[in-house]
Amino acid sequence: MVLLSPLKDEKGWFMDTGFNFAQLALFLSDRWGEIINLTVQHISVVAISLVIALVVGVAIGVAVWNKPISRATALAAAGIAITIPSLALLALLSPLLGLGWGPTIVALVFYSLLPIIRNTVVGLREVPAGVLESARGMGMSRARVMLTTQLPIAWPVILTGVRVAAQLTIGIAAIAAYVAGPGLGQYIFTGLSSIGSRNAINYALVGTVLVIVLALLVDGAFVFITRFTTSRGLRG
Amino acid sequence: MAEITNTGFLTAISEQSAGVSIELDNVTKVYPGQSAPAVENFSMSIEPGEFVVFVGPSGCGKTTTMKMINRIIEPTSGSIRIDGKDVLSLDPNALRRHIGYVIQQIGLFPHRTIAENIGTVPRMLGWSKSKVAERVDELLRTVQLDPADFAKRYPKQLSGGQQQRAGVARALAANPPVMLMDEPFGATDPITREKLQAEFLRLQAELGKTIIFVTHDFDEAIRLGDRIAVMSERSKIEQFDTPANILAAPANDYVASFIGQGAAIKRLTLIPVTAARLLPVAEGSPGIPADGSLRDALDLIVLTGSRAINVVDADGRPMGSLDHATISAVLGTPSKRGGRG
Repeated sequence: MVLLSPLKDEKGWFMDTGFNFAQLALFLSDRWGEIINLTVQHISVVAISLVIALVVGVAIGVAVWNKPISRATALAAAGIAITIPSLALLALLSPLLGLGWGPTIVALVFYSLLPIIRNTVVGLREVPAGVLESARGMGMSRARVMLTTQLPIAWPVILTGVRVAAQLTIGIAAIAAYVAGPGLGQYIFTGLSSIGSRNAINYALVGTVLVIVLALLVDGAFVFITRFTTSRGLRG
Repeated sequence: MAEITNTGFLTAISEQSAGVSIELDNVTKVYPGQSAPAVENFSMSIEPGEFVVFVGPSGCGKTTTMKMINRIIEPTSGSIRIDGKDVLSLDPNALRRHIGYVIQQIGLFPHRTIAENIGTVPRMLGWSKSKVAERVDELLRTVQLDPADFAKRYPKQLSGGQQQRAGVARALAANPPVMLMDEPFGATDPITREKLQAEFLRLQAELGKTIIFVTHDFDEAIRLGDRIAVMSERSKIEQFDTPANILAAPANDYVASFIGQGAAIKRLTLIPVTAARLLPVAEGSPGIPADGSLRDALDLIVLTGSRAINVVDADGRPMGSLDHATISAVLGTPSKRGGRG
């Protein structure tokens, strides 16, 4: 079973770069420890980045949600940021931050900010004016209104932003292997850079499939996180 | 030092939960960027335990005036005193915890249960958990929501009328001496509204709060107010008097136009049948209970076509009779004081 277009060796003969299940099974049994390790790294780098992005993004959202000019500026900046190709950003970051976890986390936080800031702003603006007025009328300070009323009511919307950011960063984290970032991208890059070798397809396949599986699992996990962290009074 | 005195003052007024005086003195509000003031030189003196209704068209400044009392809106000039103390000298958040506040949108916290909503201000005031729980139970019963059924519910699981009751309960939670109410029943259907009004009047008869109530519905104002302030542009007071006196003698055409059609009938609503000079018992005529109003009496006369009807006491014994002429005679002499209750 040939998946890739056949390559020619130096004599012009077609090489067998093919794929078979016996070889994949052998590959998995030889490397399952490393595979688990990379998967854990992948989840970790995404989780760390999301937590940082959540704190930074919500802080920015809270700072700008009711100031039209700052709000437009923050959203426009985050909107432009997200259009920068991830490979280019990683290439720019590595001279500054070196290789490995550093540039990876910075890049992932960077791409997570737009959905999180945007959803924080939208969520905070959706809190009914009457709720805010009655909170103020009962003698809550602005900070208290924000912490006990606005953020909890906006939370499901903010969490949706984090969920979008998670999908985005699971994919981008794979590309971060370009700057020696952690995670499953290492397998994908190894596979791509050794095309023609015996395990090239196995590397690329295992890396890619696991990234997809991870994305699905994390998305499923968010259904539960949303359920358990949202007040029953806010659920549909 | 000032801080301590202020806290002391707020504690003191909150102990007088039965109502305190409110005085507004030449209060003016000019919104930034607007040349005309929204409220201009507004002065009013409100007695402890009085139920005052501000009534006027939309945008006349009545809501702005009310919201300056708890400093949701800061006055541009003038002074506002509660129980003799200038509210501008108090910390606004501490002040607001001692003033009940009910708005038309209700503004219950959707992410909190009804019990948590009602306990908001007591918790901020540092009440113990058990005291808050006890108070929540008591208030739910006061507003006729069964605690066993409603305490754990979320606002969205309540009807509009039930939500408004929970809103009133929340405003009453820390037993504030003053209540500010901004069209609180405005968003409910007419039947629910009448029911809420009646319940609230009964409640006020027990609590004796000082209440400022804003509405654009003159009939609601007549029904609820001890005194009504009819307002026009810039919160100008056109007339400030009891409902009976305003109906009997509108100060000007503006007030008369606000009363609308049927002023005489509206007045009859406020006067108990016992206020009429009763004629001898008319044998065989239909009877009306002595706690009914003259409007009820007139209604019965029109409905039955009788010349006269009997007023009967609680035991069903006729006390005397009424006819058209005796009802008209009551209207001929404007009553001195609002005849409610």
